[in-house]
Amino acid sequence: MQKYLSFFRLRFSMGVQYRTAAFAGVITQFAWGAMGILVYWAFYEVDSNAFPMTFSAVVSYIWMQQAFLAFFTVWMMENEIFDSIMNGNISYELCRPIHIYDMWFSRTIANRLSSAILRCFPILVVASFLPKPFGLQPPTSLIHFILFLLTLLLGLAVTVSFCILIYSLTFFTISPAGLKILFTSIVEFFSGAIIPLPFFPEKIQKIMELLPFASMQNVALRIYSADMTNRQMFSAIALQIFWLITLISCGKKLCSIAEKKVSIQGG
Amino acid sequence: MSLKLYMHYISINIRSVMQYKTSFLFTAIGQFLISFQVFLGIFFMFQRFSNVKGFTYSEVLLCFSIMLLEFSIAEMYARGFDQFSGMVRQGTFDRILVRPQNEILQVLGSKFELTRIGRMLQAIIMFIYGISKSEINWTVSKIFTVFFMLIGGTALFTGLFLIYAALCFFTLEGLEFMNVFTDGAKEYGKYPIGIYGKRMLQFTTFVIPYALVQYYPLLYLLGRKTNIFYVFLPLLATLFLIPCYLLWKWGVYRYQSSGS
Repeated sequence: MQKYLSFFRLRFSMGVQYRTAAFAGVITQFAWGAMGILVYWAFYEVDSNAFPMTFSAVVSYIWMQQAFLAFFTVWMMENEIFDSIMNGNISYELCRPIHIYDMWFSRTIANRLSSAILRCFPILVVASFLPKPFGLQPPTSLIHFILFLLTLLLGLAVTVSFCILIYSLTFFTISPAGLKILFTSIVEFFSGAIIPLPFFPEKIQKIMELLPFASMQNVALRIYSADMTNRQMFSAIALQIFWLITLISCGKKLCSIAEKKVSIQGG
Repeated sequence: MSLKLYMHYISINIRSVMQYKTSFLFTAIGQFLISFQVFLGIFFMFQRFSNVKGFTYSEVLLCFSIMLLEFSIAEMYARGFDQFSGMVRQGTFDRILVRPQNEILQVLGSKFELTRIGRMLQAIIMFIYGISKSEINWTVSKIFTVFFMLIGGTALFTGLFLIYAALCFFTLEGLEFMNVFTDGAKEYGKYPIGIYGKRMLQFTTFVIPYALVQYYPLLYLLGRKTNIFYVFLPLLATLFLIPCYLLWKWGVYRYQSSGS
């Protein structure tokens, strides 16, 4: 455990070094968020009755999504890991007395956490000072806020464990480009990154909520603005835990198969 | 001569991509899906809402499909600029400068995204679908409008990719916020710019002329504006290439090698 914690610390302090990149990221995410909100506003002005969420819930959803983008975007995968598989440097890691799965897990979590911590505060602060319909509202209650933090971290863990599945699949395909983009597109759509899940027709939404992708950003972002009833919240949290355990055990299994079969690339 | 050279560059790129066939296939499918889900996003929004600021589903679809095709064409050959920050940082741009060929041609040739074929295919299908779904009485001038939109839009996106690369001369890093103007424009240009309000429309008319290739000619296509002037507006957007090219030239002029 100690060694994975130090992996975590190392990666985390490396991550917070990139302040300029973070600043550029903040501006980008702010622009994306603002444009997204303007689109929903245009729809809202046409027909506010057809809105499945309150407008302020949509606004909070989008600002939170942008603030914690680093937690949930699947395309921000670790290129170093892919490169090490492609050029054979992974053999050094395999020689060390560590589990590759646990090492990947701790470093990916650390990277995402450091990147989000640098980026989230400027976005949250500016967004909460924006004028009325476009500003980020405070959480509905303290309980909702605590559950929001909990599900945010659970969602991060689910996302990371899903990413590691893709890392370990790369052992079999060598070039990661294809897998990466294929899974990214699926995850984006089903996790509610394109449009929040409540905007889908009810039947489709019911199915989507059961998939592991709904356990990523969907739960936390909707709990924040109390878009879920108490019952929905608890079943969503239970599902998150279920998917987290499933994904981790699949990933570990896949990793151990890959480690046995692995052929090292490069010279 | 330079076209032949460019073709040769492309064939080298294709052969190298084909070394990883499964990956190529997945990438092409993935590219297809990525823009397909944007379409699904629009589709499901219009399941719920009848229109957005007066634009119906078929009208938005036409707008989205034309924008997507413009972006895809530009991206197909001009995404070589995307990797440009790496070229500057590692000093490989020096190699390009000493060769007796146009440097833009060489940068473009360094990366030809064959995998974007998935997105291209998607764009073409979307374009055909968008055109056939639209309830437009086609006239010669409207056909020309679409044609000019494609030319102007492709030029505009090419210019933006060029700026992205030219800025690397000064910053050595790819600037992430430039994505707002390329990918962001593709993403949010799926809706007619008019829905974003007046100030956004002014910005996209006079600063970065998206509205010239998207909003105004669209109004003409939909018969809401009849002035013939609107047909030729998209061509005006090609002028955007001039400052982009000058910026690039200036960047090359003051380029100092940074590699080892």
